[in-house]
Amino acid sequence: MARLDRHLWPALTVALLSAVAFLWASPFLWTLVASFRPEGAGSADMASLLPDLHPTLENFRNALESGSFGLYYMNTLIVVVGVLAVQCVTVSLAGYAFARLRFPGRDLLFYAFLLQLMLVPPALIVPNLATVVDLGLYDTLPGVMAPYFASAFGTFLMRQTFLALPRDFEEAAAIDGAPWWAIIWYVLLPMAKPGLVAFAIVSITAHWNEFLWPLMVISSPANHTLTIGLAAFTLGAESGKEWGVLAAGTLLVMAPLAVAFIAFQRRFVDSFVFSGVKG
Amino acid sequence: MSVASTTSFDGIELDRAGLARRRRLRLLPYALLAPSILFLGLFTYLPVIRVAIESLYDKPHGTGAAASFVGLGNYGKVLADPAFRQAALNNLIYAVGVLVPTLVLALAFALAVQRSTRFSAALRTVFFFPSLVPLVAAASLFFFIFLPGVGLLDYYLGKLGIRGPNWLGDSDIALWSVIGLTVWKNAGYYMLFYIAGLQNVPRDAVEAAMIDGANAWQRLRFVILPALAPTTAFVTVIALIQLLTSVDHVIVLTRGGPSNATNLLLYYIFQSAHENFDYGKAAAATLISVAVLLAISFGSLRIMERGARGHG
Repeated sequence: MARLDRHLWPALTVALLSAVAFLWASPFLWTLVASFRPEGAGSADMASLLPDLHPTLENFRNALESGSFGLYYMNTLIVVVGVLAVQCVTVSLAGYAFARLRFPGRDLLFYAFLLQLMLVPPALIVPNLATVVDLGLYDTLPGVMAPYFASAFGTFLMRQTFLALPRDFEEAAAIDGAPWWAIIWYVLLPMAKPGLVAFAIVSITAHWNEFLWPLMVISSPANHTLTIGLAAFTLGAESGKEWGVLAAGTLLVMAPLAVAFIAFQRRFVDSFVFSGVKG
Repeated sequence: MSVASTTSFDGIELDRAGLARRRRLRLLPYALLAPSILFLGLFTYLPVIRVAIESLYDKPHGTGAAASFVGLGNYGKVLADPAFRQAALNNLIYAVGVLVPTLVLALAFALAVQRSTRFSAALRTVFFFPSLVPLVAAASLFFFIFLPGVGLLDYYLGKLGIRGPNWLGDSDIALWSVIGLTVWKNAGYYMLFYIAGLQNVPRDAVEAAMIDGANAWQRLRFVILPALAPTTAFVTVIALIQLLTSVDHVIVLTRGGPSNATNLLLYYIFQSAHENFDYGKAAAATLISVAVLLAISFGSLRIMERGARGHG
């Protein structure tokens, strides 16, 4: 009995886990299968998870032609890179100030930063839209980016990263007369790279996937991002029943992050563990 | 002459330069924080003040009429709006309905994949993957999964001889379908925190319990779960904030329907502002949800801070 237990339980656990994993992956498996399935396969068996014997790229071609995916990729890329570039500057400077400098009001300001972790931008879409309109940024990509230029999460992450670094190098540089910006740029940032990379991964993922805020800010199709394009595409496919094309479109939107994730899994996972408080 | 003067004032010049330098250094921290504070001010603090003021006015859309002060009228209007009440109630059901299974699954997944075998690594990838895709893309996938008759769910349930309900069209079921999607999307993300948390469970405590004859369930219940309490508290807070502030799937899948069955607070706000152009109402509802967010968060400031410190 004890021996049976010893062999039976692990086998049962593996079987159960495999079943759950299959269930968890089935939406993606279906997307893969459906996106390569020829259109004429009939809609009755569209849900089948069995791959078709004659895979085709037709759906991808149709998806790329029916939506302006090239344009959407470009717009999303501009938003993601633009947000990240500005964030890297703001969070490095603020992270350095909180990690290394003593000044009156530091704790108070630190808590003021904390507030952004709770009042996440999506909760404030209505007043923020009004601000974006006032700034003349309505229906522009900078308008989509602006609320994310300061990041409490990034500031904390950089603060933690800087705090973990030894002070010897900076002190040596300071004795040599290096100004503060040279200390940050030449001494601290090269050592803080893992922190910046972790932050970049979280930031890129968040803004690549973002939907509600761009939907509010953007009105002209020329400024649509990938997620807006996909949503419009989904609602359009509803009537047309072009499920293969929809699957292909969804895959196109997910692909870049998915590929990056598979290539740098460890880094992604570590960054996301750190990101519980992303804002 | 000028050479002589600089020489004679050399000492003072130096002092003055030192003083200016020291003053600059005193201001340096604020200068470094300035860019962040500017954007936080514009898009985090100012909007709260703005929305608090706007919620007191009624600004008719498109008529060009001036905004009129209505005091707490918008709050009265919002609180009396059946759609708002429904959205608040839905959001509560949605939050609890997602949170409980998500936490249980996240912990179960973490326990299942914590060993460093290839099988575990593959499982970890599968479970985590949904949290990487846009919520909109997940909604697109589930649009097809929930499709009556020919969708993935009904197709395979049909093979088992089960006739599924109209997943998104039945007002008794729709919210639970959205909950199901969200559980699938989020569980893997919170699993990561439990994996990290499990590494901090004292090994000797688990071993001591084993020597004392505690079985697996007892070890989980009396040793591991208490040690994971900070992780659970932390995950609960970030999950609640997330469940109040993301409605991408509702926008794509159900538009809050059928008959408000899947309307959530943020969707209500979005709808009031973006579709009905009732800014006073949208502002009042925003401030109410801000109050809820702050109430959730303030009790847990310490947890958030611990999380910000790299967690655990």
